[in-house]
Amino acid sequence: MGSVMQVVFDAASLGSLYALGALGIALIFGVMRLVNFAHGDVIAACVFVLLWPSVDAVAIVFAGNLPWFLLVPFVLAMGAALSVASEVVVFRRFRNANPATMMIASFALGFVIRYFLLMLYSSRPKSISLLPTLSQPVEIMGARIPLLQVITIVVTIGVLFGLTSFLRRTRFGLEMRAAAENFTMARVLGVRANRVIMGAFALSGALAAAIALILGSQTGTANIVMGANVMLMAFIATVIGGMGSLAGAVIAGFLLGAIAVVMQVILPPDARAFRDAFVYGAVILVLIFRPQGLLTARGTKERV
Amino acid sequence: MSLLSLSNLTIRYGRLTAVRNVAFTLAEGEILFITGPNGAGKSSLLRAIAGVTPPAGGRIDFADHDITGRAPEDIARLGVSMVPEGREVFGSLTIEENLTVGTGMHAGEHGWRGRAADALEEIYATFPILKERRHTQAGLLSGGQQQMLVIGRALMTNPRLIAIDEPSLGLAPNITDQVYERLIALRAHRKLTLLIVEQSSTRAMMVGGRMILMRGGEVLLDGDARAMGQSEAMQAAYFGYGDH
Ligand SMILES: Nc1ncnc2c1ncn2[C@@H]1O[C@H](COP(=O)(O)OP(=O)(O)OP(=O)(O)O)[C@@H](O)[C@H]1O
Ligand SMILES: [Mg+2]
Repeated sequence: MGSVMQVVFDAASLGSLYALGALGIALIFGVMRLVNFAHGDVIAACVFVLLWPSVDAVAIVFAGNLPWFLLVPFVLAMGAALSVASEVVVFRRFRNANPATMMIASFALGFVIRYFLLMLYSSRPKSISLLPTLSQPVEIMGARIPLLQVITIVVTIGVLFGLTSFLRRTRFGLEMRAAAENFTMARVLGVRANRVIMGAFALSGALAAAIALILGSQTGTANIVMGANVMLMAFIATVIGGMGSLAGAVIAGFLLGAIAVVMQVILPPDARAFRDAFVYGAVILVLIFRPQGLLTARGTKERV
Repeated sequence: MSLLSLSNLTIRYGRLTAVRNVAFTLAEGEILFITGPNGAGKSSLLRAIAGVTPPAGGRIDFADHDITGRAPEDIARLGVSMVPEGREVFGSLTIEENLTVGTGMHAGEHGWRGRAADALEEIYATFPILKERRHTQAGLLSGGQQQMLVIGRALMTNPRLIAIDEPSLGLAPNITDQVYERLIALRAHRKLTLLIVEQSSTRAMMVGGRMILMRGGEVLLDGDARAMGQSEAMQAAYFGYGDH
C-alpha cells in the first residue's frame, strides 16, 4: 500500500511540473502561435535570481534568504517580468512573422539567456538550500511522502483552479480567450493586442517561476540547464494535448508524468536508463492515432 | 460634414490589386450599400476600413482622424464596427460572452456597466433566440443564428459606423427583413451610419439610400439605389456586357 501511494505521489508531482510547464507554453501559443523554446531558460533564470552573480563554486545566496512569503512573490514577479521583457524586446518584432521564424527567434533568445547566466554564474551547478523545511517527509496512508511533493501537487491544483476562474470570470480572461480563438476578430472588437499578449507572457513567466521554485527546492542545485528537461516534456505535452488547448496541455502533462513514473517502476532495472525512450515511444503512439492531439484547440485560424 | 472618407484607396495582395483608386465619402447617419459581383473588392474595402488589411495606397479618414494603417483596436475605439464576411463567431465562447467582448473598450468610462447591460437587453429584445440560448457555445448555433450573433456583437460596441459584409447571407428572408428593420431603426435613433455590402442590389432597392456598384476593384456607379436599379448601366456592370 505504502509503495503504491509513493508511486501515485511521484507520478502526480512529476505530472504537476510537466502540466505547469505545458500550460506556460500553451498560453503563449494560444494568443500568438509561438512555441516559446526560451521557456526552459526562463525557468533556469528564475532560480538564479536568488543568487548573487559570481563565478565561484559556492553560491552567494541573495534573495534566497528571504522568508517564503516574500521569496515566492519575488520569484513569481521576476519570472513574469523576464517573460514580458522577452515579449517587448524580442517577440514583438516577429509578431507578423511565420511560426517557424518566431520559433527560431525563441531558440535564439533561449541561448542568449543561457549564456548570460553562464557569464554571470559560470556553468558549474551550485548547491543552494531553498525552502529546506520542504524536504521533510509526511506520513500519508502509510507512505512517507516528501512535503515538497504534496505542496507541488496542491500548488498545481490551486494554479489550475485560479487560472480557470481567471479565464472564465474576468474581463481580461474573456479577452484572452477571444483572442486565442480569433485574434483579428478580437481586435476588431477593440481588444488590445499588446495587452492580451503581454498578459499571456506574464502568466507564462509566473508559471515558469513556480516550476523554478519547485525544481530548486527539489534538487537543491542551481544549474543553467535545469529547465531543459521540463521544457522538453512540457513541449511534448502541448503537442499531445492539441497545440493551444490549455486543458489538453494539462491533461497531457499529467499523463506524461504518470507514464514516466510507471515506466520507472515496471521496466526491468537494466532498461530503466532508457526510460525516456519508452516515454517518447508512447508519445509517438499517441500522435499516430490522434495526430491533432488529445483535445483540439478551436480557432487555429490564421492571425493578421 | 462627412464621417468617413476614402481617397485614392488601393489594396493589394502581393501582385494582385484587389481595389484600385476608390474614393467616396459617407455622411453621418447615411446608409450606403456597396454591391458588385464576386471578387469586386467589397470585402477588401471593409477590411481596410476596419484596419484588418492595411491599404497599399490612399487614405482613409474617420471622424476627423486619419485612420489609414491604424490598428483595428484603435479604429474600433473611434467608433467603427465591422462584421466580417464569414461570421467569425468565437465558437468556444458562449453567446453572452461573444456579445460582451466588444464592451471592454468602454471599461472605465463613467456608467459603462449600465450601458453595456442596456445594450445587451436591446440585442436580446431584437433577437430573442440569442437570449434563450445565452449560455450555449456559439459554435453550436446554426448559420443564421450566428449571423444574428455577429450583428448583435458588432452593435454592442456602440459604434458610430457599422460596416456589415453580406448580412443577408444564410438568413431566411423574414429574418433578413427583421435585421434590416432593426438596423434602420437604430440608424434613426442613434444616428448610426450604415455601410452594407451585399452581392445583389435587390435589398438596396428595397431599403433605399445610396448605392455604390463595384467591379474589378473599381467604383462603377455611385448614386441613389432605386434610380440605379432601373438603369441599363447597372445591368451591364453586373453581367459585364460592357466588356464585349
Ligand atoms: N487574403 C487574400 N489574399 C489574396 N487575395 C485575396 C485575399 N482576399 C481577397 N483576395 C482577392 O482580392 C479580390 C477581391 O476580393 P474580395 O474578397 O474583396 O471580393 P468581394 O467583392 O468581397 O467578393 P465576394 O462577393 O465573392 O465576397 C479577389 O480577386 C480575391 O481573390
Ligand atoms: Mg466578399
